[in-house]
Amino acid sequence: MSRIESLAVAIEARLGARVRRLPSLPSELAFEVGPAQLTDVCLVLRDDPEFAFEQLVDLAGIDYLHHGQSEWRTLSATGSGFSRGVSRRAAPGDGASGDRFAVTSHLLSVSRNQRLRLRCPCIGDEPPMVDSLVDVWPSANWFEREAFDLFGIVFRGHPDLRRILTDYGFIGHPFRKDFPLSGHVEVRYDPEKERVVYEPVSIEPRVVVPKVIREDNRYQPILREVPDRG
Amino acid sequence: MAEIRNFTLNFGPQHPAAHGVLRLVLEMDGEVIQKADPHIGLLHRATEKLAETKPFNQSIGYMDRLDYVSMMCSEHAYVMAIEKLLGIEAPLRAQYIRVMFDEITRILNHLMWLGSHGLDIGAMTVFLYCFREREDLMDCYEAVSGTRMHATYYRPGGVYRDLPEQMPQFQPSPWRKDKELKRLNERRSGSLLDFIEDFTDRFPACVDEYETLLTDNRIWKQRTVGIGVVSPERALALGFTGPMLRGSGLAWDLRKKQPYDGYGKMDFDIPVGVNGDCYDRYLVRIEELRQSNRIIRQCVDWLRANPGPVMLADHKVTPPSREDMKGDMEALIHHFKLFTEGYTVPAGEAYAAVEAPKGEFGIWLVSDGANKPYRLKCRAPGFAHLAAMDEMVAGHMLADVVAVIGTMDIVFGEIDR
Repeated sequence: MSRIESLAVAIEARLGARVRRLPSLPSELAFEVGPAQLTDVCLVLRDDPEFAFEQLVDLAGIDYLHHGQSEWRTLSATGSGFSRGVSRRAAPGDGASGDRFAVTSHLLSVSRNQRLRLRCPCIGDEPPMVDSLVDVWPSANWFEREAFDLFGIVFRGHPDLRRILTDYGFIGHPFRKDFPLSGHVEVRYDPEKERVVYEPVSIEPRVVVPKVIREDNRYQPILREVPDRG
Repeated sequence: MAEIRNFTLNFGPQHPAAHGVLRLVLEMDGEVIQKADPHIGLLHRATEKLAETKPFNQSIGYMDRLDYVSMMCSEHAYVMAIEKLLGIEAPLRAQYIRVMFDEITRILNHLMWLGSHGLDIGAMTVFLYCFREREDLMDCYEAVSGTRMHATYYRPGGVYRDLPEQMPQFQPSPWRKDKELKRLNERRSGSLLDFIEDFTDRFPACVDEYETLLTDNRIWKQRTVGIGVVSPERALALGFTGPMLRGSGLAWDLRKKQPYDGYGKMDFDIPVGVNGDCYDRYLVRIEELRQSNRIIRQCVDWLRANPGPVMLADHKVTPPSREDMKGDMEALIHHFKLFTEGYTVPAGEAYAAVEAPKGEFGIWLVSDGANKPYRLKCRAPGFAHLAAMDEMVAGHMLADVVAVIGTMDIVFGEIDR
């Protein structure tokens, strides 16, 4: 049994129903944990000598709003030919599903030389919420601030949840899939007012290369099973 | 009697010692720092969001612009993440070329770090010495990719082209005397590998020169010994990687522990510090310069003996040769599809990490089966290091802030992304 498989078995034995294994590449290991159990599971993963994940390498938010939606239908042509790939996507869902946002952490055990990816779906959508991991790993501090800034994910128990990457006074969460790439406002210097002014963007949003999802049989054996998501 | 209160000092965002655009809000008690609050994001360009709107290959160039002093290492992580999802592996020669250029990049980065760190805390000469050697290495970048910094040289499935047989030479110009031209071109008479080999012969003596200027320098030691001490346990908890972690005494190096591409076949050592202060981290990086030189030499020897392809022949992912396109319809179609739509990557997630000069640079890539990444997250080593700024400078003097910024090897391209 490979090291990854034996780690997976150990985690499943120790944490049981609190975690669910996710499909992943054979060289990686990923688990999903419910938001209610997140802190407990992380404490076990950090403190149990069998796992010893001393380091939180990375923590990032993800927005699944447009997951699996292509901008260009390739399997069937319409009567007027293929679409141009510039049509707007369907409006976002009702927001009650609660599985739009997730937080993914990458853990590293330096002493045992192994990695683990942990995904935790957020509670609710507006705002999405999840428990903070700052008390488990101090390095989570800025990573969580970043996820809050870019995705609007609120981390309960975070000591200092301020914006970090965007401008002072920025409105919105730019990495959400429904936030346009060109943003909502642009700035310019106004010589009459003698200051920099904010104005609505003048750029028309456009798609240069449409997103295309193709069925490609060549890649089937790579994943051990067809992933339900991600 | 007047009331004595702490006062707040604003450092940056435009400050020569801030290494870019760092704004630090410092709470001072006299000259002692009580609390440091870094404000970052002044160079935020939303690289990850931009990458989500482009075919995979078009974002390789963005990776250069993240950490703009260790360009090819960031490319390497991105390309590796795509290769992991596609389930392909670069040809052996391409792997060796990548290792060689990763190490050239490491030297480039550490020289930049050494020069600017020295300059920040009062050593002018070492900066000039470092940039002398950097010039040669940037010429290697130019020879292989056409640009001196933002190379876009690595591709999923290999590297863009093989090493050139002829090192580009300086051309005669009215501003350069013949004698100087001859001196400059003397080392450039052979191939790129000859030039790099000559560099590896010269470089250890150059490192000795830097060490003569700094290692036993009284002022240098006064400014770095005992400054910004981090214990190994704390370094792990704070997410430190790379020389910041090794300076605290943990022999953790992804090149050794989780070898990628050709690193498993290389012979080199991992230097570690003892005290976890700025001086130890300096010593670690100096030794890394020597070790990188060793690795480059091993790559040069191997690359000389083993010619071969540098790019996979799978034209669903890599472009066909121009020659094939002239006569082969299928090659033409492949080329057209690759350069308009790009290739689709199977649905799934991958995390690829490389030992970048600053620490672990990771790419978390989520694909939903499209020709663009669904989510791309760049794990920048400097981000975690700068987050520990408050802890590292609390209780130190104002002048030590500059030493700590220097020792973290901060580059805002990767922190702000």
